[in-house]
Amino acid sequence: MHRYVTDFILDIVQNSFEADSNNVELVLREDDRYLDMTVRDDGKGMSHQMLEKVLDPYQTDGIKHIKRKVGLGLPFLVQATRSAGGSFDIQSEVSKGTVVKCRFDLCNIDTPPMGDIPSTLLALVSHPAAKGVEIERSLSTSKGSDSYHLSREKLLEVLGSFTTVATLNLLMEYLQSQEEALDRFKVDHIPVL
Amino acid sequence: MAKMTLEDLRKLRESKQDALRKRDVEGKDCQVIVGMGTCGIAAGAKVVLDAFLSELEAKGIENVSVTQTGCMGLCHVEPTVEVIVPGMPDVIYGNVDAKVVKQIVADHIIGKKLVSEHVFDKPAADILKKD
Repeated sequence: MHRYVTDFILDIVQNSFEADSNNVELVLREDDRYLDMTVRDDGKGMSHQMLEKVLDPYQTDGIKHIKRKVGLGLPFLVQATRSAGGSFDIQSEVSKGTVVKCRFDLCNIDTPPMGDIPSTLLALVSHPAAKGVEIERSLSTSKGSDSYHLSREKLLEVLGSFTTVATLNLLMEYLQSQEEALDRFKVDHIPVL
Repeated sequence: MAKMTLEDLRKLRESKQDALRKRDVEGKDCQVIVGMGTCGIAAGAKVVLDAFLSELEAKGIENVSVTQTGCMGLCHVEPTVEVIVPGMPDVIYGNVDAKVVKQIVADHIIGKKLVSEHVFDKPAADILKKD
């Protein structure tokens, strides 16, 4: 099981990369209580039957692992959000793309801790199957609000490539500075029992 | 740290590149590939990726390539890492954590010696079995 909310983010966005998407959009909106995540891609999409299958942990398309009968990416997310007072929704259309929307209730005791956002975004932006990636991250609480936007294309233009340790560490530094700017508006999430 | 702009990042890269050119020998062509499927992520592969980035930088080896791949089919020994170093056999390490990353960097990448206790040497029984 995934230990952090960010592990789910990484896992779900990877699905979009693997669906041959040219553009993937990740939106992370956080407020005093909830984290809303939207992952929108223009990949190959899924039929209605396929959609039912991907939500069933005992089914998989058998493409990545020919003999394997289980696929856990989406079912993990569904379970984690629903068992902790959040919500989950998926819309998909063949050859148009897929939209996954979910909400984590950060004040629910069963919601996993957030995890490390800069290192997750680093893994996503530098993922070898990634093409166009746009990330919108915003925080809006009673203390105030701030946001930042990341474009893989623009970062690539500045750094040249995302493969060596040197460039990845520069990228990490950049991502950490973006997330740190949001820190002063972060609030403690006290579990509501 | 103040919020960096893309322009700050560009300047930082240019200043680092000069330093990098001076020691552009050690660790060249080395590759580290981290398995980041659902199984890998659940087992802590992201921590391993971060650990490689910070450990290699700490040791001053910045031109190793670090990439990600999906599930390597070795879920029972996740997190898994493939390490490719010229003059060494290509190795898949299993059960890697931040501590093992330090060992791999010091022994395998710098010392050219295998970290034997984490070498994944045989496939799982369920893969070996013929249907």
